[in-house]
Amino acid sequence: MNNKILFLEKRGAAPAYLSFLIALLSVVFALLFGAVFLILTGHNPVDVYSLMFGGAFGSAYGLSETATKAIPLMLAGLGGSIAFKMLLWNIGAEGQLYMGAFAASYVALFHPELPIYIMLPAMFLAAVVAGGVWALVSAVPRAYLGVNETITSLLLNYVAILWVDYLVYGPWKDPKGFNFPLTAPFVEAAQLPYIGSTRIHYGLVIGLVGAVLLYFVLNRSRWGYEIRVIGESQKAAQYGGMNIRRNILLVMFLSGAFAGIAGVSEVAGITHRLQHGLSPGYGYTAIIIAWLGKLHPAAVVIVSFLFGGLLVGGYTIQTAGLPAATVSMLQGAVLFFLLGGELLNRYRIRLGFRKGGN
Amino acid sequence: MDGNMLIGILAAAVTAGTPLLYAALGEIITERAGILNLGVEGMMLTGAVTGFIVAVSTGNPWFGALAAILAGGAVSLIHAILSVTFQANQVVSGLALTIFGTGLSGYLGKSYIGIPAPQTFSKFPLPVLADIPLIGPVLFNQDALVYFSYLLVPVIWFYIYKTKHGLNLRAIGENPGAADAVGINVFVLRYIYVVIGGMLAGLAGAYLSLAYAPAWLENMTAGRGWIAVALVIFATWNPLKAVGGAYLFGGVDALGYRMQAMGLDVSSFFLKMLPYIFTIIVLIFATTQTNKKHIGAPGALSLSYDREER
Amino acid sequence: MFFMVAEGLVRPAVSCITCQGDAYMTQIPLVEMRGITKRFPGVVANDNVNIEAYAGEIYALLGENGAGKSTLMNILTGLYRPDEGEIYIRGEKRVFSSPKDAIDAGIGMVHQHFKLVYPFTVAENVILGQPTSTFLDMEKVEQAIEEISQKYGLWVEPKAKIWQLGVGEQQRVEIIKMLYRGANILILDEPTAVLTPQEVRDLFATLRQMADQGCAVIFITHKLHEVMAFADKITVLRGGKSVASLKKEDTTQEELARLMVGREFSRKRIPRKPAGDETILKIENLHALNDKGRKALDGVNLELKKGEIVGIAGVAGNGQRELAEVITGLRPATEGKVWLDGRDITNRPPRQIIDAGISHVPEDRLGMGLIPNLNSIDNVALKCYRSQEVGKLLLDTACLKERAAKMVADFNVKQASLYMPVKMMSGGNLQKLLLAREISNNPRVIVAVYPVRGLDIGATEAVHELLMQEREKGTGVLMVSEDLEEIFKVADRVAVMYGGKFMGVLPVEEAEVEQIGLMMAGSPGVGGVAS
Repeated sequence: MNNKILFLEKRGAAPAYLSFLIALLSVVFALLFGAVFLILTGHNPVDVYSLMFGGAFGSAYGLSETATKAIPLMLAGLGGSIAFKMLLWNIGAEGQLYMGAFAASYVALFHPELPIYIMLPAMFLAAVVAGGVWALVSAVPRAYLGVNETITSLLLNYVAILWVDYLVYGPWKDPKGFNFPLTAPFVEAAQLPYIGSTRIHYGLVIGLVGAVLLYFVLNRSRWGYEIRVIGESQKAAQYGGMNIRRNILLVMFLSGAFAGIAGVSEVAGITHRLQHGLSPGYGYTAIIIAWLGKLHPAAVVIVSFLFGGLLVGGYTIQTAGLPAATVSMLQGAVLFFLLGGELLNRYRIRLGFRKGGN
Repeated sequence: MDGNMLIGILAAAVTAGTPLLYAALGEIITERAGILNLGVEGMMLTGAVTGFIVAVSTGNPWFGALAAILAGGAVSLIHAILSVTFQANQVVSGLALTIFGTGLSGYLGKSYIGIPAPQTFSKFPLPVLADIPLIGPVLFNQDALVYFSYLLVPVIWFYIYKTKHGLNLRAIGENPGAADAVGINVFVLRYIYVVIGGMLAGLAGAYLSLAYAPAWLENMTAGRGWIAVALVIFATWNPLKAVGGAYLFGGVDALGYRMQAMGLDVSSFFLKMLPYIFTIIVLIFATTQTNKKHIGAPGALSLSYDREER
Repeated sequence: MFFMVAEGLVRPAVSCITCQGDAYMTQIPLVEMRGITKRFPGVVANDNVNIEAYAGEIYALLGENGAGKSTLMNILTGLYRPDEGEIYIRGEKRVFSSPKDAIDAGIGMVHQHFKLVYPFTVAENVILGQPTSTFLDMEKVEQAIEEISQKYGLWVEPKAKIWQLGVGEQQRVEIIKMLYRGANILILDEPTAVLTPQEVRDLFATLRQMADQGCAVIFITHKLHEVMAFADKITVLRGGKSVASLKKEDTTQEELARLMVGREFSRKRIPRKPAGDETILKIENLHALNDKGRKALDGVNLELKKGEIVGIAGVAGNGQRELAEVITGLRPATEGKVWLDGRDITNRPPRQIIDAGISHVPEDRLGMGLIPNLNSIDNVALKCYRSQEVGKLLLDTACLKERAAKMVADFNVKQASLYMPVKMMSGGNLQKLLLAREISNNPRVIVAVYPVRGLDIGATEAVHELLMQEREKGTGVLMVSEDLEEIFKVADRVAVMYGGKFMGVLPVEEAEVEQIGLMMAGSPGVGGVAS
């Protein structure tokens, strides 16, 4: 029995660097897993990965594309983080993003006369309200009736996307758009300017400011304290006199609002119109980003750039005949390895003798 | 609305409900074992693409269905490892599985988009039974996989409620500590039932790509995996009730297409929204009812079991 | 003789339903544990423990909470694996890698928290995990259960669902489960904690019957009088070590007490000045439901005076927890009123009740009272994070840290760091931190539910002292306890709870243990209701 074996031992508190290491390793392992998969399907992983990396980070154009893709990921990821912190499974960021884009487009298309200093704030406000309210559609039944918000928020994604499709294929279709599913372009006042001479729009600044604000809300504010306690233990929260129902509504609204801002930043910053297929699944990727960033705003920002790069790299490899889906496969794998790695937070692996009983 | 049209809609409801039924049956088994698997959508997509590819390469849809079952089981194994052995958060692991399955199916199926399925599961009337008025044309003029589901439902029901293994299954989902204490291997059984759930989800996917709409399209499940998860709650984890639920949801799905065909003046986008909105409303209703009657989810659902947890 | 032993070896799992007692009275113990050591992060739960139990005996494993009794038995039943040490069954070394191995060796355990599947019937629980045919034949099982019931006087309805049964009945189901499995080594973890004195007598009569038929019965307890009344042999555990193994005839209650706590046992009452006359908390005809929607409180009346400790005695599950939750606003009252200083606080949100000055030491310390994964500072903030002193929109972390540090110092809480998750702390230190926070609000009333459950003797003393200090300050204390000694030591009056009502409220000086025991079993007291 006393052979030298590897075994797991429960640990008390995990050191802080471990979380970072696990996150990093999970990305590495996912890429290794992807490499095996690529080899099995007859591709050279070194070529594919260097193509991806080059596309995302190898040129000024690639970098600015990566940063641009990081913006909606960051915003939706921050929104996810705050909800997940309270163990509210808002996985409806995709739909909330679409609703934000829809509301902002309404302002831009139907009130083109507004001056820029009113137009953009009005668009953002509309997006915040639309994204937030869309999240409330799952939050209200959850808060008052205990209805599973995971399923409802996810299903609402389909509804939101179909709603936008209805508009861009129907009443809002640009008559001069050669029958493409998109609206007329926004007036200039409804377009987010670029930062300096780059091709990156000001949504980036909004995302970074949002991250800082969220950090203070979550870690320093009285409200953030309530969110953390509720996420850890509902019983303790009630015992401490917190109103859980109100917090469910507030947190879901805020979470949806962040996704809504992601939506307006896409239409006002990039497409300058509402169109079919506005998001290539930013709302879903954001879930992984939030989890990989351990729900910490700063980490979410950093991970967003990484995943922005992954998306851009995904477009690059399509030129080599690989499907864009490669990227979602890699994303799923990252999350798998991350979840598996989290075991190391609770156990340590020891090599040694396991005495006695066994 | 005349009789023929009603029969048409009801028969279409059964067809459209069958993939939901398979997926929901799988999820019922998984959740009964105490594991929440939100990766149904991903497992269905994996099954759909694998089934289609194998059916195209072998020319036999049965091989396709078999491959889909194996593929669904294989990807669900990842969820089993993470949630049973690694005690990971089951909600996140399930989401990861959905994202992974979406990507995997898109990757594998890329060169199969637009290819017609050579051989599919086609409808054939069952002798004698098909001649029963109303019931015959609705239930017994279907394809082989629908008939198979008729057999599977009572078998699963009997297994869960009337056999020793079913008792063990329910016990590990209600109170794994109690099951463990009497020598039931909670870990192995949870693995098995997660994989069985994945196999049925894989078959549900194959039904879509080989029978319902025989072709491969990226994301062709279109949220049916999630509707199946909602259906489990609606059915209060009972396979018999899942049948009614599945056909009801299938009916809403079918109705949308019928109304369009009838030239109803409603945008097709709104009709396509119907199943999702209907699911949300039903979920709200079902949750209120189960809360009232104190029949809820299996007691240990989505909680990992750790024998030495103090 | 040798032949008998050999037969035992060949057929290790002989049911005690069939075996004949005397044949097993051999020199070889039925079960022996040698040099058992088990470590958990930060604690050595068992440190080189030895026990041996023979067929035909009732064997007591005596020790305070936290002495390592349950861990030891979890090792014997295959739930935990020991880090060191060996287990012998009938002289044969056995390694249990799972509970199944232990069951196969004839070991059956009734856990303190029953291992029952609540939505299942009695019969379904009994056959769970049994090698039966694939298709369930419930009638056969029900018949077998009735046979066992009759033989040992363990009556239960085989078709009843577990959640419909009382705790005494649930315990009987657990025992039947073991007997059905042919267990001949029976282990019971704190079997009397949830029973009335009458039920306790019935239980031990049954256990004696089983021992007489050749089983070894091991029961875990910290109650001395039970040991003296029912055990044949006793092993005393203290701090994870086995400190003595004795025969009952060779020892006394006093000696056991000294061995268990490490010093002489005292029955002294803490001296005090009389309580005030002014009523702080008034409870009138209070009704409430439990989590299952069934009646938990059925007309509770009480007036708590300034500077008074009222001990609420009773078998757990008679409405004590619900009473505490209704007073603190965590559970709605369906009828009746609660007044604090003449103000109606019935069904106010918890926040308002906290602000009105009611502190709460809940039964569930780690999970409700404290948040396991957060550190001491965040836990201290739970009841003061809304006050202006710790910041308005943003919390003043420095101020909170100072508060936490002061509490840790003042209440002698031992911990490695303020920034460590509190789940890493020992039970006693957790409770001190929790009390420190609840007292720091200068409450009018403290509702303390099982405040010393699971604490060692030092921590218990500290908690009682803190409650007495609060009493001196004029705070009213409602203390729920299942330990009459504690109530006699600390409380001014005792209220005995049964079936959601007080059977009587009387001054501790006038109370007799026998009389309280009867009230705990449901007979109305003579002390009058709610003086």
